[in-house]
Amino acid sequence: MANNTGVYICTGCDIGKAVDAEALRGVANDEYKVPVCKTHPFLCSEEGVNLLKQDISSQGLDRLVLGACSPRYHKDTFDFGENVLIARAPLREYVSWTLPHGEEDTQMAAADYIRMYTANIKGQSIPKPFEQNTDKSLLVIGGGVTGMTSALEAARAGYKVKLVEKEAELGGYARKLHRQIPVHSGQDGPQPVSLENRIAEVVGHANITVHKSATIASISGQPGEFAITLNTNGGARELKAGAIVMATGGKPYDASKLTHLGIECDNVISSVEFEEMAAAGPITRKDGQPAKSVAFIQCAGSRDKNHLPYCSSFCCTVSLKQASYVRDADPESKVYIVYKDMITPGQYENFYRRQQSDPGIFLTKGDVAGVRETPEKIVVLEVDNTLLGEQVAFELDLVVLAVGLEPSTKDDPVLNLQYRQGPALPDQKYGFPDSHFICFPYETQRTGIYTAGAVHQPMDINFSQRDAVGAAMKAIQAVELTDKGQTVHPRVGDRTKPFFRLDQCTQCKRCTEECPFGVLDEDERGTPKLNEARCRGCGVCMGACPVRIISFKDYSVDIVGEMIKSVEIPDEWDEKPRILIFACENDSVPVFDMMAMDRLKYSPYVRIIPLRCLGGTNLVWVSDALAAGFDGVMFMGCKFGDDYQCHFVKGSELANVRLGKVQETIGRLQLESERIQQFEVSMNDYKKMPQMIEEFVEMIDQFGPNPFKGM
Amino acid sequence: MAENKAGVLVIGGGISGITTALEAAETGLRVVLIEKSPTLGGRVAGLYQYFPKLCPPTCGLEVNYQRLRRNPNIQIFTNTEVTSVSGEAGAYKATLRTSPTFVNARCVMCDACTQVCPADAPSAFDYGMANTKAIHLPHRMAYPPRYVVEREFCPPECAKCVDACTYDAIDLAMKSREFEVETTSLVFATGWKPYDPTRLTQLGYNEHADVISNVMMERLAAPDGPTGGEIRRPSNGEPVQTVVFVQCAGSRDTEHLPYCSSICCLASLKQAHYVREANPDSKVYIFYIDIRTPGKFEGFYSRTKEDPNIVFVKGKVAKVDSGEDGKVRVEAEDILAGGKVRVDADLVVLATGMEPNLKTEGLAGQIVHLDEDGFAAEHLQQPGIFATGVARSPVDVNSSIQDATGSALKAMQSSLKAMQTAGGNG
Repeated sequence: MANNTGVYICTGCDIGKAVDAEALRGVANDEYKVPVCKTHPFLCSEEGVNLLKQDISSQGLDRLVLGACSPRYHKDTFDFGENVLIARAPLREYVSWTLPHGEEDTQMAAADYIRMYTANIKGQSIPKPFEQNTDKSLLVIGGGVTGMTSALEAARAGYKVKLVEKEAELGGYARKLHRQIPVHSGQDGPQPVSLENRIAEVVGHANITVHKSATIASISGQPGEFAITLNTNGGARELKAGAIVMATGGKPYDASKLTHLGIECDNVISSVEFEEMAAAGPITRKDGQPAKSVAFIQCAGSRDKNHLPYCSSFCCTVSLKQASYVRDADPESKVYIVYKDMITPGQYENFYRRQQSDPGIFLTKGDVAGVRETPEKIVVLEVDNTLLGEQVAFELDLVVLAVGLEPSTKDDPVLNLQYRQGPALPDQKYGFPDSHFICFPYETQRTGIYTAGAVHQPMDINFSQRDAVGAAMKAIQAVELTDKGQTVHPRVGDRTKPFFRLDQCTQCKRCTEECPFGVLDEDERGTPKLNEARCRGCGVCMGACPVRIISFKDYSVDIVGEMIKSVEIPDEWDEKPRILIFACENDSVPVFDMMAMDRLKYSPYVRIIPLRCLGGTNLVWVSDALAAGFDGVMFMGCKFGDDYQCHFVKGSELANVRLGKVQETIGRLQLESERIQQFEVSMNDYKKMPQMIEEFVEMIDQFGPNPFKGM
Repeated sequence: MAENKAGVLVIGGGISGITTALEAAETGLRVVLIEKSPTLGGRVAGLYQYFPKLCPPTCGLEVNYQRLRRNPNIQIFTNTEVTSVSGEAGAYKATLRTSPTFVNARCVMCDACTQVCPADAPSAFDYGMANTKAIHLPHRMAYPPRYVVEREFCPPECAKCVDACTYDAIDLAMKSREFEVETTSLVFATGWKPYDPTRLTQLGYNEHADVISNVMMERLAAPDGPTGGEIRRPSNGEPVQTVVFVQCAGSRDTEHLPYCSSICCLASLKQAHYVREANPDSKVYIFYIDIRTPGKFEGFYSRTKEDPNIVFVKGKVAKVDSGEDGKVRVEAEDILAGGKVRVDADLVVLATGMEPNLKTEGLAGQIVHLDEDGFAAEHLQQPGIFATGVARSPVDVNSSIQDATGSALKAMQSSLKAMQTAGGNG
């Protein structure tokens, strides 16, 4: 393969005014012996792009350094196919829009960025997509309404589905329902459950194979080639699938724990028992007498720190539905609903209003003060803080505790993944294997495995079906991208995968432990085994590796190291400190671009290197920087902690742990540990950032130069 | 002749439309994504933070933009609307009209034009709380990153921006253009607009500058908003001490929006955090009927309740009027404690709900069928026509994205069906 680099300096967007572009051309030409170095007044214009295209074909260029705008702009403009590597030196954002024009320091910054990106592209090589024999079928676990919906929707799009249900029949929890809540706002009141049609369609669909009375014994492999072993009545059974939808639902909260709500009373039952009773026949007390006065206690064990701290989101609508069972059976009956807040969001409000208009349904906010039974087995329900402003006691035939749900994964990994990091999907808040990201609700920490329905988040039957379609879509997408050798979200289109020089591996296991996505398995000795299709390309493994054997074709410890070393460090008596900034490209790099958009000025002494994620930080870069003569290093990444914003889950947190260690080492070298610091940066911080940088530079100024400078 | 053939035409470039377009395109479907305003991003681009994580929406938008930039399967047309749709499932033909923005793709956002522009234009992005120049960047996360001219604000014969532009990017003679797209399916991701607060005559919006809507509050808190992120009284620019949130302002009300918009409680809790974080001495009152924080959002509610300076009062606000010292007086009945409550506030935020854009757009009825609340419920649509996100039902961002992801699969099914039909005919 050729290895011909061209360096192009755009002089538009004030770059030509800020710096001597000809001199920059000289830097690439003289220092790096780059054969083709040109300036252009407007590189992103048709004329500019044509120049690049001509040079690529006439000069055989396969690597371009573009000293122009940030890579966040014109990605498509400067796309010349898979065989032309591009490095973008953001002279506009880091120089001409943020530094004073015509000054020596500004010129030095621009020259350094040309050096850094010329060094960068020299280290890159063209990525080759990994290949596998992709199985494009989906495994859907759970044959309830959610799982059946995922299976059907995928099947209708032409994908083969293997649907696994642990019970002997499909249908899941919906089998127990008497009626269901309205599906859309046009329906007046509770609706019949139309389960049989759906089951028939699933069973009859040519693309769906149903495995009943089956559970997952184990899953190994990776997207495109998952190997599944089922436990069935007839013994173990092997399946293959490319991606997985987990729709195993939830289980009702154990009502026997609700002793404070009188569950031990004869005529106090859970909403699940009530539903089963309504489905089976008349609604009665335990003694068989009809229940003419019924109270529903909302949030029974929900929104309660002693039980489920969250709201299960369907219980209010379910109680309104169940109120109809009582009212429809006997017009003389009375229903009481005691709630904290009636949570009937969206168009369920219309159903709520319908039920409110029934004079036989009495709703009150209130706190349950006590539930007891008289010797005649009449339930006495005492409620405090009601809307009537006083304690009220109701005498009732029956009390129903509206219980919430817990994810089916609470005590059971379900998937039984044969992964080094364990058999289950990692839990998020309240034990749900949900996404942590508002914008990306299907992201799990196990690539190619998506959750849907009540195991995903607390949700009702209607929203579970919507969710099921989305999860099926993500699973299909995973097999299609994997088949092309591309990674899935968020680096879709990326074909680079980490390469391990295993002959030098010390089996320290840091990479296999720290990978946020459980990509790496281990052999008996502890050597990492890469599952390429699970990899999301964040580079956390690369940062973790103490012997630096992990690299990507276009991103490696060496490439970044060469960028660091390429910066020209002035002598210490020049009083021109140099600060290195490592910036997460997902959030911090855009913040630099926004500062540029507002022309916010900051120190010309900083040099910025983008990272895929701060979790890719390899500590050798700190020594590289100090040895090269940098006076301080700032790491800018996403917020971490409970509400973390890292797109790769733990990247910024891992960086923080690693930097803590390096700070100790630095302290032992009698160097101020504050020279190396991590900063949490969010997209809204662009106005604060100049000051953040200024304060750091001032601090470095007070410390004086790095004593290792020039050594 | 149709200029473009698509597997799916996605109408609306907010978070739902972007999601449907990306999920479909990343799976291999050819997508045409159109947006009626000059930039993608929709409502979320104007939000300061998302609940419950209090993180910036621009963070996820940025990831999505990066996905858009590298995806060859998506064609994006901004400033573009559907004028008509003909055909049937599997072979729809949509006529689209792109209105001129007067700035072409050569724009580099150098800002030279606004430096010379003599005309102000009220900023729709900031709900009229600030002015831009007639030529301006729609917002910081504009996609495509390109300025626009609002011609109706240009002085006659003025072409100062044209002279100032060294990139030949401004064309004041730019014309609108119509073109056709053939598509197997359409996904309406047309989103919502805030319920018009001028209709809430009891709640003082028309009389008091310091009565604002919740979407305006987002802009007041945003660093790129009219006050640079400082929450100040619109009347006099003073900082705020006491802020009242009026829940269900025009929602759960058969006179206005009969349904619950499902986001307003969470939005007010979030905005209460904005107020409290900016000023530790501030006090917040939230007047509500029910606090609706379903599912895992309960944790955000309980966290918010821990702050003693965020006071929850169950009761519907009856009146908003002038109070002492230029403050705004909010009167409500406290249903739990009994009796009337009066609060003199520096700022009153009306938690207005979401009204689907389809309700007031001409396409509804011809192509999309709406339920009694104006949402394009799924069961009403003909094959190959889908609605997603808030066009379909009042849901939050997270649920919209789930729905929008599913809509991409619906579009794929239509595409497969069309292919099978075509194959059968051939």
